[in-house]
Amino acid sequence: MAYLQALFGYAWPAVWDLAKIIGIVAPLMIGVAYLTYAERKVIGYMQVRIGPNRVGYKGLLQPIADGIKLMMKEIIIPSGANKFLFVLAPVLTIAPALAAWAVIPFSPQMVLANVDAGLLYILAITSLGVYGVIIAGWASNSKYAFLGSLRSAAQIVSYEIAMGFALVGVLMAAQSLNLGDIVKAQNGGMFHWFWLPLFPMFIVYFIAGVAETNRAPFDVAEGESEIVAGFHVEYSGMAFAIFFLAEYANMILIATLTSLMFLGGWNPLFNFPPFNWIPGFIWLLSKIAFVLFLFLWLRATFPRYRYDQIMRLGWKVFIPITLVWLLVVGAVMQTRFAYLIH
Amino acid sequence: MSFAVVVFYFFAAILLFAAFRVITTRNPVHAALYLVLAFFTAAGLWLMLDAEFLAITLVLVYVGAVMVLFLFVVMMLDINLDRLRDGFWDYLPLAGFVATMLAVEMGIVLGSRNFGLSIVPAPSLHPAGYSNTKELGGLLYTQYVYPFELAAVVLLVAIVAAITLTMRRRKNSKYQNPAEQVKIQRGERVRMVEMASDQPSSTKS
Repeated sequence: MAYLQALFGYAWPAVWDLAKIIGIVAPLMIGVAYLTYAERKVIGYMQVRIGPNRVGYKGLLQPIADGIKLMMKEIIIPSGANKFLFVLAPVLTIAPALAAWAVIPFSPQMVLANVDAGLLYILAITSLGVYGVIIAGWASNSKYAFLGSLRSAAQIVSYEIAMGFALVGVLMAAQSLNLGDIVKAQNGGMFHWFWLPLFPMFIVYFIAGVAETNRAPFDVAEGESEIVAGFHVEYSGMAFAIFFLAEYANMILIATLTSLMFLGGWNPLFNFPPFNWIPGFIWLLSKIAFVLFLFLWLRATFPRYRYDQIMRLGWKVFIPITLVWLLVVGAVMQTRFAYLIH
Repeated sequence: MSFAVVVFYFFAAILLFAAFRVITTRNPVHAALYLVLAFFTAAGLWLMLDAEFLAITLVLVYVGAVMVLFLFVVMMLDINLDRLRDGFWDYLPLAGFVATMLAVEMGIVLGSRNFGLSIVPAPSLHPAGYSNTKELGGLLYTQYVYPFELAAVVLLVAIVAAITLTMRRRKNSKYQNPAEQVKIQRGERVRMVEMASDQPSSTKS
């Protein structure tokens, strides 16, 4: 390390941070690739099929093959489309999905930027993702894409509010905006985690997360039977693949945030051997995997919501639930039962 | 020139360019997007002043929510630019007068007399563990609690007013009542029919 530090001199902090960024983004991209594989396999078995099994051992190379196929394809820009914005839209979609990872802690020490207002940063950055959707729909110069983007953007904006309120509950319980401190406030076994005192918010946050990422059963943006493929119907090749990557990166992000804020992050399930012999990072990964499995399970189980039902659920059910629970948390914190919430 | 100064001029140049393009670009959607860029760089400038809570909130509220709704409306409008520019020269004198007055007033209020470095010094370095958010929350709910609550009430009135203005019940509007839908019993929708199973005499015709 000292040798490298001497080699790069003043550029060392930048080089070291860049190395850390690559260390986060590269596994994330591999995770995205194999999440698509896991999705096809899991849903396949749930529907009594086998799923991809041709490329490589048990189809393990399928995501690589898909990636190469998408890279070789031509990117078609529709006539009358706004070229600059058309190309910018996928960039605007994936950039927030990656930038949010800057403040995610993976263990008490492993975090790229230990920001004080980490939770606020996450909220602000993830709220930018909707621009990619809106601009993609508008710049495509196509009615299907435009309608899809309007539906999707309205849905994202609606569910963001419920999501934000759920996070307010978390920060009240943890008394901190720093994600590392939020996990530290949940130290101990599974009954110390925030899913218990904030149970309604946990449920609201997870379902709103599914809606935010436009996943089934909230995937009206992609309602194949109604508007072809929603906002990215005009995209092809790598430009389409970027939207795809962003969607799955966002899924992993939501799963990670759910694990960090409600499922105790790197804390073991029970705080006694043999559970606390397993390293915290493994616990975090297994929690993320569990939440991701829930995403896939939901997709295989539920039919798509009708659009007015989606809006009703977001505005008339989730937002009141979170508001009421905020009051409950605030009131309990003033009594001698505050220890229940921490 | 220190690194911070370079960053400041970088953000300031982008901010001015974006703000200029907001009022000069012909396409309203582009104007809205330039406004987004302006907000974003302004947040960067605030971040340099150690006001991280305000900076992130600016991105969260203005970029993440307000401008999305703006874009929504602007995208769906069919704006004829020539019609918009029709009365340009007629309105120019009055508009110019208003603009000058605004600029002069802002110059007086925001000039160096009130906001100079001697009156508002650059923020001192805070010790590690200093929380901007906590400080702001403490001030808002103690010293400035009445103005804060007043602002909240004014916003509430605005919300109520906006909703009453747009709440127009159309006579022929169709809507679902989810409570009614949930209460439905099978017997109200499905009729069971008893009939003897019969086998076709010949499968091939």
